[in-house]
Amino acid sequence: MTIGGAGALSGAGTGGTVLEVRDLRVRIAARHGTVRAVDGVSLEVARGEAVGLVGESGSGKSMTLRAIIGVLPPEAKVTSGQVLLDGVDLVPLSNSDLNRIRGPKISMIFQEPMSALNPVMRVGYQIAEGPRVHLGYSKAQAAERALELMRRVGIPDPERRFRAYPHEFSGGMRQRVMIAIALSCEPEIILCDEPTTALDVTIQDQILRLLASLCRESGVSLIFVTHDLPVVAQLCQRVAVMYGGELVERGHVHDVLLDPRHPYTLGLVRSAPDVEYVRESLVPIPGSPPSLVSPPSGCRFHPRCAFVEQDCRVQPTPLRELPGGRYTACLHYERCEEALADRIRP
Amino acid sequence: MSAISADGLMAVERQVAPRSVRRWYRQPALAFGVVLLGLIVIAAVLGPLLSPYNPITQNLGQTLLGPSAHHLVGTDQLGRDTFTRLLYGLRNDLRIAFLAVVSPFCIGVVLGSISGYFGGWVDAVIMRLVDIVVAFPFYVLVIALVFVLGPGQRSIYIAITLVGWVSYARIIRSEILVAKRQDYVLAAQSGGLSAVRIMARHLLPNVVSQAIIYGMSDIVQDILAIVALGYFGLGIPPPTPDLGSMINDGQNFMTTHWQLTTFPGLVVVLVGLSLSLIGDGLADIIRPGQA
Amino acid sequence: MTEPLLSVSDMAVSFTVGSRLAASIKHEQRLLRAVDGVDLDLAKGEALALVGESGSGKSTFALALAGLRPADRGQIKFDGRVLPSRRSSADQQRIQMVFQDPYSSLNPRLTVGGMLRELIRVHHIVPQGQADSYCKELLRLVGLDGEAMRAYPRQFSGGQRQRVAIARALVLKPDVLVADEPVSALDVSVQATILNLLADLRAELGLTLLLISHNLAVVRHLCDRVAVMYLGRIVEVAPTEQLFADPRHPYTKGLLAAIPRLTADPVREADEGPAVVGDPPSALRIPVGCRFRTRCPIAQQRCEFDDPLLTAAPGSPAHRAACHFAFEGAIDAPPAGQRAAVPGKGD
Repeated sequence: MTIGGAGALSGAGTGGTVLEVRDLRVRIAARHGTVRAVDGVSLEVARGEAVGLVGESGSGKSMTLRAIIGVLPPEAKVTSGQVLLDGVDLVPLSNSDLNRIRGPKISMIFQEPMSALNPVMRVGYQIAEGPRVHLGYSKAQAAERALELMRRVGIPDPERRFRAYPHEFSGGMRQRVMIAIALSCEPEIILCDEPTTALDVTIQDQILRLLASLCRESGVSLIFVTHDLPVVAQLCQRVAVMYGGELVERGHVHDVLLDPRHPYTLGLVRSAPDVEYVRESLVPIPGSPPSLVSPPSGCRFHPRCAFVEQDCRVQPTPLRELPGGRYTACLHYERCEEALADRIRP
Repeated sequence: MSAISADGLMAVERQVAPRSVRRWYRQPALAFGVVLLGLIVIAAVLGPLLSPYNPITQNLGQTLLGPSAHHLVGTDQLGRDTFTRLLYGLRNDLRIAFLAVVSPFCIGVVLGSISGYFGGWVDAVIMRLVDIVVAFPFYVLVIALVFVLGPGQRSIYIAITLVGWVSYARIIRSEILVAKRQDYVLAAQSGGLSAVRIMARHLLPNVVSQAIIYGMSDIVQDILAIVALGYFGLGIPPPTPDLGSMINDGQNFMTTHWQLTTFPGLVVVLVGLSLSLIGDGLADIIRPGQA
Repeated sequence: MTEPLLSVSDMAVSFTVGSRLAASIKHEQRLLRAVDGVDLDLAKGEALALVGESGSGKSTFALALAGLRPADRGQIKFDGRVLPSRRSSADQQRIQMVFQDPYSSLNPRLTVGGMLRELIRVHHIVPQGQADSYCKELLRLVGLDGEAMRAYPRQFSGGQRQRVAIARALVLKPDVLVADEPVSALDVSVQATILNLLADLRAELGLTLLLISHNLAVVRHLCDRVAVMYLGRIVEVAPTEQLFADPRHPYTKGLLAAIPRLTADPVREADEGPAVVGDPPSALRIPVGCRFRTRCPIAQQRCEFDDPLLTAAPGSPAHRAACHFAFEGAIDAPPAGQRAAVPGKGD
């Protein structure tokens, strides 16, 4: 739930909101109850902007992406909310309508390229498939486009690699192939589900720079899901933090990550070893992630929060706007400012 | 999931019951199979008590009677009560089939483990043995062996053991090939545990479930093998009741007394059905239940 | 200088890959040289990090060091004594390992108590009557309740499983703990608990620690010295702060530059190219000469045939790098203000 959030644009991009998610809720029917996987998530992405979506496992970040593009597992359903792509709500659309949009308007890249690519189809054909199906290109035109895309994403020797199979590529190269496929019909926004988590640091660096240049040069927007905070800082302009299916903080990357206004974000930052700052000791977040079937009352983070007060246990915690275009769900966010003192700067 | 106790140490969640045991009766197929097999086994065990007749004594004055209050399924061509013979035949066949699975299971599991765990030339030798046996169809080989060894229970056991171990060996070997790559095996090796101990205590309990499930269908296969042997006259020698020979003998009376051949067949089908259901049900439970 | 606790000389581990026929048709070497000549010393009580990306050979090295994989070549000296290729049970116990995946490193069929008691029994660590209290003490040491003895691995979270794995490694009272990416499979907030635990155990038990990781941030937090591996060789080794402040090998520099930072500015960095270009070569076809030359920004002709040895910096023997141009400038100790206060180092 957002108060005063809809319509407020922020940051990079040449203007215009490409994607707006309003109060999205996803429920999964499981044997032990209904899992509230995504419970009221709202965000916007401007043209050419990269927005990060961070959280740990079970926070609902991947489910949010899948709900946006409509590839939820059969047990999961969007129970309320809207996903407005260029003003059109995707939620009520049928699968065949969605298929016309997936590719030309919105596409997705995944964490494991080996399972996302067809192992028995040559890579060039996989890249060319989108333009042939969605844009009506002829075989030759599509092949030309595929070669151009392969060059764009930095695959060396594209003419030869066109006819190669996915298993002949390294992990980083496969990820580039996946990006090429995602770009093939010139979508407005690409959803990225932890695409660099399984990659080596040096390869991750290459892929992140590639994505950044794509945003800058073709104006494509990104939603980048990850659990790795510095990666978000490297790529995105704005970031949203998820916990237990809800958004707990949202704003510009440097504000949220360097000067958090929610104890969970603060906890994430303080518990992760950072190559730049060496702290006396890492401060882990006590406890464990909440049950999504019966989450804690009031603020979902309250059982683990060092600043918990009585109202946190009972009051609902929607995102509220703070000055500077940032949002937090914490009722006592000022406590975070006080707690940032222990960081030693090199 | 876990609670933090007062001094900051983590307490462990207490589980109500292991998932697999808690749910077996909720699976209709498995439950049905278990119940059916239970009834069959009870019938077999209580056989002698359920019928006053002797299955072997001939009574030539009472041949080929139809079903009646005295003879629930009538009598056969030698005056013996068919119902009694069904019960005793079931008893014999079940006993032989269950026992006939035990030796192949043991031999196959041991050889398969050694083959999978050690690899190298040991694996090569054992697998070539497997290849040789597998080259022949199961029934052909069993029947041929029994023919050579002479009909009788002992021959059936030997034949089935010599032919049947290979399936278990292959199953266990492929499971172990995968399982031995798990870190917990490396951890056990790092802990200085001997290979035998690792195979027996660490690997087998994790992989033997597949062999057990296969064993269920193997029992069915063995029953059919015994039936087939009986059909060819190579099974349990008469006058001991045996479902296969009953089917064979009853063939001659198909048109007039069809019950003599179809009822034994029906019993075989029911046994096979119950074991299959149990095997499938176990497979469903064991797979998701495994951590 | 005191004798190091562990001393590895010229270790090599390789695998044969694929079929002979395919290899001769493709003219490809069948030998995958995972570890290709590594010398490393580990001092008593030290925490040494072995850092590298996939294909660097660090995990293979760790397995060979722990005696879980045979090495083709090389010598391991423990406490001055050479370890035979088939280790005695006593030697095997002295180097124990913690694995990366908490979900496959514990036998799902054994309770925690069962696992620990088995090891105690087989190796007679403590008399039978004291086994239970010993186990409970171990569990307390890793931050688990005594109740955990009766539980199965599936009842634990990932972080708790790693604690169990650490307890299991400690049962045999090892001198050296080799931790292979112990936190990579865990959530970020849980990683901290395990890292803190390892630091505490070092302090409390005087353990010597070899930490394998691809995450330099983790390493900086926990270790005294860092060795960087690339394609089976160590390319640089130095005390932690020196490595971060003054890396000398081009790969180390690239690796450090590639790490994403919270303070990154996408706009400002937009025009910079990636820290390290290209893909690492296959370990089946390691480049002749310097193996990093295919991706090195300062590669010269000399690098194509002259394989650089790990040489020490003039005046700073603890800092070694395998590059012909590593020490062109003088080595500076990190300026005083940059030294981070990490407890327990005592230098």
